[in-house]
Amino acid sequence: MSGQATPAPPAPALSPKEKAVLERTWSSPKGLLGWFMHVNHRSMGKRYIVTALVFFVLGGLEALVIRLQLASPEAALVDPETYRQLFTMHGLTMMFFFAVPVMEGVAIYLVPLMIGARDMAFPRLNAFGYYVYLISGIGLYASFFLGIAPDAGWFNYVPLAGKEFSPGPNIDIWATMVTFIEVAALVAAVELIVTIFKQRAPGMSLDRMPLFVWSVLVMSFMIIFAMPPLMVTSIMLAMDRTVGAHFFNPAEWGDPLLWQHVFWFFGHPEVYIILIPALGMVSSIVATFARRPVFGYGAVALSMVAIGFLSFGLWVHHMFTTGIPELGTSFFTAASMMIAIPSGVQVFCWIATLWQGKVVMRSPLLFVTGFVFIFVLGGITGVMVASVPFDTQVHDTHFVVAHLHYVLIGGAVFPLLGAIHYWFPKLTGRLLSERLAKWAFWLMFVGFNVTFFPMHQLGFLGMPRRVHTYSADLDWGWLNLLATVGAFVLAAGVAVFLWNVVRSVRRGEVAGPNPWGADTLEWGTSSPPPAYNFAVPPTVASRHPLWEAVPSPGVTGLRSDRREVLVTRLLDAEPDCRQVVPGPSITPLLTALAVSVAFVGLLHSTWWVPVGALLTFGAIVAWNWPRAEHLGLGEDEGETSSVEAAR
Amino acid sequence: MREPWLDGRPGARCASVALIPSTRASDLTETRSGPADRPSPVLRASRAGAAVGILLLSGCSGAQSALDPRGPAASRIAELWWIMFGLGAVVFLVVIGFLLHALRRRDEASRLSEAGARRLVTVGGVAIPLAILLVLVTYSVRVGGAVSVARNPPEMTVEIVGHQFWWEIRYPEAGVVTANELHLPVGRRVLLKLASADVIHSMWIPALHGKMDMIPGRTNSLVVRADEAGVFRGQCAEFCGTQHALMSMVVVAQPEVEFAEWLARQREPAPEPVTPERMRGREVFHSSACVYCHTVRGTNASSPLGPDLTHLAGRRTLAAGSIPNNRGSLAAWIVDPQSIKPGNKMPPTDLTGPELQALLDYLESLR
Repeated sequence: MSGQATPAPPAPALSPKEKAVLERTWSSPKGLLGWFMHVNHRSMGKRYIVTALVFFVLGGLEALVIRLQLASPEAALVDPETYRQLFTMHGLTMMFFFAVPVMEGVAIYLVPLMIGARDMAFPRLNAFGYYVYLISGIGLYASFFLGIAPDAGWFNYVPLAGKEFSPGPNIDIWATMVTFIEVAALVAAVELIVTIFKQRAPGMSLDRMPLFVWSVLVMSFMIIFAMPPLMVTSIMLAMDRTVGAHFFNPAEWGDPLLWQHVFWFFGHPEVYIILIPALGMVSSIVATFARRPVFGYGAVALSMVAIGFLSFGLWVHHMFTTGIPELGTSFFTAASMMIAIPSGVQVFCWIATLWQGKVVMRSPLLFVTGFVFIFVLGGITGVMVASVPFDTQVHDTHFVVAHLHYVLIGGAVFPLLGAIHYWFPKLTGRLLSERLAKWAFWLMFVGFNVTFFPMHQLGFLGMPRRVHTYSADLDWGWLNLLATVGAFVLAAGVAVFLWNVVRSVRRGEVAGPNPWGADTLEWGTSSPPPAYNFAVPPTVASRHPLWEAVPSPGVTGLRSDRREVLVTRLLDAEPDCRQVVPGPSITPLLTALAVSVAFVGLLHSTWWVPVGALLTFGAIVAWNWPRAEHLGLGEDEGETSSVEAAR
Repeated sequence: MREPWLDGRPGARCASVALIPSTRASDLTETRSGPADRPSPVLRASRAGAAVGILLLSGCSGAQSALDPRGPAASRIAELWWIMFGLGAVVFLVVIGFLLHALRRRDEASRLSEAGARRLVTVGGVAIPLAILLVLVTYSVRVGGAVSVARNPPEMTVEIVGHQFWWEIRYPEAGVVTANELHLPVGRRVLLKLASADVIHSMWIPALHGKMDMIPGRTNSLVVRADEAGVFRGQCAEFCGTQHALMSMVVVAQPEVEFAEWLARQREPAPEPVTPERMRGREVFHSSACVYCHTVRGTNASSPLGPDLTHLAGRRTLAAGSIPNNRGSLAAWIVDPQSIKPGNKMPPTDLTGPELQALLDYLESLR
């Protein structure tokens, strides 16, 4: 499909000399030290994605050990203490260190390109967020290799996670690292929102934003509302554990259920924080491969917003067996089932789009097809577990393990892989191999269903979650063996995918700017994009700028010799002002290190908190030290005038 | 009836872990009296209708299966499941059918019109799901009411307290305390009052009812009724620590008369030892660490920390359903409980061979 003729974006000729100036202004420093000074959104996006994939592999390996242990009854591959750490780490890794960061990474890479901006609003904050993520991930895995990883499950219920029943450092690591990584999530959310609201190309009013950008906007707002409760409750847990605060101690008028309420008030939206950007990815892929705009743009965008709101009113469906009065749980049954409506609207909008279009079947669409298949099944079991009496039978069993993997792997991982196949040429300039992509898809699709479908039945047969062993006489053996075989097929699919990535980075077919003939702005610049994203930032006149017969004019008047971006108005994206964004700096890394002195040091002694605070203060001062460019004084007037002369 | 469980094979001395068999769930079901009475017609019809789900059908039997209900609550819930399964299967097939059609369609003529698309989304994405969900919410709330405590006035009460990793079971009206084996009279509504001594556990007997959490500082309730005599299995369903997997219980539903006899026997204090061996065994019990945690009513041993052992020999399993109750596994459990259930709270006991034999003689006499 490469080379298909789509109208090129408007590109008033830019002299080679001016391009060289732009290149120098926007390029990131070279060398090892330089690597730590990058602030560009594409660098950070790629780092997020690659790091998250590393955690995905680690979490997957943990899952394989779990599956091996459960493959046969009364197995003794790992001891029960290790098993506790394994399933806790698997959950923590996949939720906090893979799924959310990878979605943020894709968003950080793509959003500025999709809205025609040269960088994000706060590039240094971006880098800071990435280092916080990296450090907390390394901290968590360091504890795993020391054998003191968190071991009370990823949702870490008290009182099991309290000091009395978990006296070791394991739970302190949970509280510290989870709180710490949420700093990274919040940072990414804030800058995504500001970037989307204030840096869209002129003409890209809110109702012309690509659906993926809508999904990122919804995700970011959800992060801002969901993560603080988690941080608050984990700090409450830390206080219970360190200074005897008794928030969760029933003997002192505390309540263990308080933990569950606050945790799931975060934890349920968390699932949709992962799902919604995936829905946005699906919309992008469907439009491109159906060769027409997504049917019902407004309905799809509003559905995502609706899911975002509704997801904050469902948390109690994780607590149907805690003895909450019937009237209350009935409300949450209705609310939980309601989620099926906006989800169904989107699925049918995609089907209608494909039905109306000229379908071109390529690997991204193949993954989307797999997504619909698995996600619909997971959605149906989701409606089932929203029923209180039914949930009392399957809650905390392998039925729920099956359900959540159908929703999360089907709902997020398949679209993500579709998205990686789709945008890989934009990131690297080369296409992934279609043949390997098909192998990867079919191995994963079959492996996934063979792994998780039997778990529904295991749940009915009475197999609870989080058991490290089971008796041979419960007849759970063959289904578990089947699931384990499936897990290895799934893993083989992931391996083929990773091999495809490694191979195609060097040897893939050269893609060109717009190999799929897609409609959104990121395909209007070269692949991979230059350091400045767009030689001439675009303006837009419709939702599908690259499908327009008459290209819109480009933006002129931004200076090339410093990092200037155009700020536009929130609703209609009319040009507002120019803004200089900061360039490469080591200070985000230093700040992240200083903050981690406080967080990681807390595991050792509370005295590290003031030390870390002082270091952070110093780092922030360095970060914000005034520079000539910020004061509106050109650093090098001579350079500027030479550019103007060249014009 | 109790033979399979009390088959104390002599000769097993301090058996190594490898020799420890697990609870025989198949033995559990052997004692079920008579053919299982069949569930309601709806249940039967929907089971037949679901013959496509071969995988799921084989999920219907087993001592711990939610789809092999032995009481009214579990039956209602299983019925709810089969109806939701039927609806879900239809919805799934329709959506996937539309998707595949949309993907495979090639000719211009079958392209969906704008009005057709609008109809597809409003009918398929909004109207039909809304109708199904309204029916389901109503039905689900009705089933929820039908199985609730409010709608099922109990005829007797059992208190169950979750411990890491075993169940304390009390019959307050009779003054009986036992552990890990719940006896119920057939056909009577029994209120289970659920509490916890340490962390959160969850009480789950799939054949009778859904699960209910045991939360420190609270008492939750569940009313169960067994419709027929039989032996089922229950298991802790909320992760409660290292040995969460080995926290199960035996549930014995027995005819009224048999239950009354059992309860009367449990009410008795422990029988006095009659042979010299057993008397020596009791001395060993009282002079070793056993007495710090266990109670044997009728003796000086009265600590509430561990399971009550007054009628230990009458139970089918040891260590919360982890191993069968016979002489060999009892010996192994006493000598080295940590190798059978690492992380449980019982410390190893340092006894000489003769002391152990005497202790076993004594414990096996506690019927």
